[in-house]
Amino acid sequence: MARGYVLQRGLVALVQLVLLAVLVFLLTEALPGDAAYVRFGEQTTLDQVAALRTQLELDLPAPQRFLDWFGDVLTGDLGTSLVNGAPVTEALARAFPVTLLLSVVTLAVVVPLAVVLGVAAGLREGSRLDRGLTAVTLTLQSIPDFVLALLLVALFAVRLRWLPATAIGADAASLLARPELLVLPVAVLLAKTTGVLSRQVRAGVVDAARSEYVAQARRLGVPDRAVVLRHILPNALVPAVQELARVGDGLLGGVLVVEAVFALPGVATEIVEAVQARDVPVVQSFVLLLGALALLVNLAVDLTAHRLVPRAEVLR
Amino acid sequence: MSVNLSRRGFFALSGVAGTSLLVGCGPAAGTGAGSSTPVRGGRVRALFPGGGAKETLDPHTPPLFLDQARHKALYDKLTELGSDMRPVPRLAEKWESNADATIWRFTLRQARFHDGRALTPDDVLASLARILDPADPTRTAKNLLSALDLANSRAVGTTVVELATKVPAAELPALLSGTGNAIVPADFRDPAKAVGTGPFSLVSFDRGESMVGKRFEDFWGGAAHIDELHLLSASDESARGNALLGGEAEYAHDLSATFARTNEANPAIAVLAAQASVMQGFALRTDQAPFDNPDVRKAFMLLADRQRLVDVALSGQGQVGNDLFGKGFEYFAGDIPQRGRDVAEAKNLLLKAGAENLEVTLHTADLAAGMVNAAALFAEQLREAGVKVTVDNRAKETYFTDILTGSGIWSYRAGAAPIPQNLALRMVSDAKQNVTGWRDPAFDETFVKAQSTVDDAARGALYHRMQQTLHDRGGMLVWGYSDWLVGTSARLRGAKAAQPNTEDWARYDKVWLA
Repeated sequence: MARGYVLQRGLVALVQLVLLAVLVFLLTEALPGDAAYVRFGEQTTLDQVAALRTQLELDLPAPQRFLDWFGDVLTGDLGTSLVNGAPVTEALARAFPVTLLLSVVTLAVVVPLAVVLGVAAGLREGSRLDRGLTAVTLTLQSIPDFVLALLLVALFAVRLRWLPATAIGADAASLLARPELLVLPVAVLLAKTTGVLSRQVRAGVVDAARSEYVAQARRLGVPDRAVVLRHILPNALVPAVQELARVGDGLLGGVLVVEAVFALPGVATEIVEAVQARDVPVVQSFVLLLGALALLVNLAVDLTAHRLVPRAEVLR
Repeated sequence: MSVNLSRRGFFALSGVAGTSLLVGCGPAAGTGAGSSTPVRGGRVRALFPGGGAKETLDPHTPPLFLDQARHKALYDKLTELGSDMRPVPRLAEKWESNADATIWRFTLRQARFHDGRALTPDDVLASLARILDPADPTRTAKNLLSALDLANSRAVGTTVVELATKVPAAELPALLSGTGNAIVPADFRDPAKAVGTGPFSLVSFDRGESMVGKRFEDFWGGAAHIDELHLLSASDESARGNALLGGEAEYAHDLSATFARTNEANPAIAVLAAQASVMQGFALRTDQAPFDNPDVRKAFMLLADRQRLVDVALSGQGQVGNDLFGKGFEYFAGDIPQRGRDVAEAKNLLLKAGAENLEVTLHTADLAAGMVNAAALFAEQLREAGVKVTVDNRAKETYFTDILTGSGIWSYRAGAAPIPQNLALRMVSDAKQNVTGWRDPAFDETFVKAQSTVDDAARGALYHRMQQTLHDRGGMLVWGYSDWLVGTSARLRGAKAAQPNTEDWARYDKVWLA
């Protein structure tokens, strides 16, 4: 049944991607100005704007420009930037590894961390540990990203000089070579995500621990360890795994701030700059790729949940 | 303002506008940043607001400050501007013109390109042709050089280039200093293979991230002290400040007044403040109601509380303006009395104009620190005279093109440039950035006459007359001039506070590490 499900989801995803492309195009069209209009900044003159508009073919009707771009995408050509004429793939290849690295490292830490914290708190519901963890994670989560980022920089980079303040001049390769550049950015992202996820795990653990099947297992004399690992954990993790998909989506919001504060040349930075430059092909391609990624992540999450607890209703 | 300055512990290095102030008490400030002997070696990491995809190695396309710094490291222009906006020699050692400034002869100095070839007049002519190429609308210096007549320009021997102009162009040497005027080799095709005469040769360029240059030993101005220059993109102001504080950079361009104040006692860094670098104003559309009435314009100018605007919007990091561009620059009409605030007189003028219940829209955008604050504050000052003001906060990307076809009042700013250039670009009737819609045939005639007046003093008198007209009847309300703030590590020596667009700005061939 999982294979039919994947096929069906894949078809829906394709339709969603096309709709996404149309929507993004309409939104960028709705922005005031175009790539020629905003190109020259303070030096702008109307005749230069007009000449550039002709050169970039921005004076063609909007539907035609969209279809031209979309037709090229279908043949695998994402087009060129309206700002520098370079292939869009160049920008993708530069920015995606940075953001992927940031996200993967964050997820690799947040998942075990949230499970351990959530289980520890959930098994001792109402204890000092439980209340303490809730207080800490809630506090961290409610500090705005940029405030937390600047506080961490002020303490660990400027005052103590233990860690670099920014990743200025770095790319994905230098981030791998100098992992210390990632510590503070990942710490900010962890502060935002650990709380949400660990509370979800905790709630699942609390629910499962109170359930009839766990009570029955205990009555049958199943050892505590086995009850936790075999009965409580898998059931507790289903909502958490589904929450993880939302965390993944939410990470992008956090990444925006983190990339700006730490000068990381990632996807968020690239998209913001492309929107400001009205560089439609670049905006389109990035959003399309992100949309595809989000759909894939959600699919993977659903399948994982299905594996943990093979019940039909787990698949949304 | 001097009270504020001394309270904050500013060091005034010299007294006139257009020169520098050093903020902070670091060793660099204490020693005047230039008293020790230069040391050879090391690398300097300089941070600038980045431009992402916009960043370019092409020295002739629209200039971000980061690109300008890049092009300055790799290339040279024929001339640069001194701090008073007078042209100073660079690749051109000297120049002279005929009696009506239509034929110019520039004598080139002995300079070598990074590939070892000598600079020739043909390189200059080819560079100008590339800038003026009608097929490429992104070559910015086109606007400055529109008077050039390349067909009738030529090389004279091996060191002189003769430039002809279609109309008299007494300001040509200054115009050639404008951004986007770099001299490239005659066979220049691919900007990625940068070959210039500048103090650094290109090692690598990663758009949106970094450029690395290494010392060019044969630089005509004397080889740089440092081995390597890293120009790095950092768009977030706090990222630039933090990297400087964290010891990850030696130079950070464009910092805020808040940063300067917070770190004034920090011995690890110094803040260089180039005074009166940016004109801060409001453009009133003189070609449309209600500002087509000179009395309404004058009333608005009398309603501005300039000192308060400087104190609040610029955090005191600047000085008041007198509705004229270019305080402290060559030809500045500094003898025109400072306009003050006079609400009663303003109300009289509005009454006389039949505009006592005037409603206006004040457009602004978050383009630079304090711009939106200045608009909000000025709106309050206008309301004190009964003017109904709506503040329209607009998208910053489109702002400067919107102004060109706009109406009402617009927050406006303009960087350092020669006064004649400001007149040509913004004030004559057919100016490309005539943001006040100012059209006055007599004014235009004076400007044309100035362009064929070779004598500096006589030309200055004409410019003075034009400034008087603008002060009396024009539409540009200039309430202040803000300083330009650059942060340096205490280790960095030899850096001078300088307005962007001038010779001493971003001069990494003259700095060294202590």
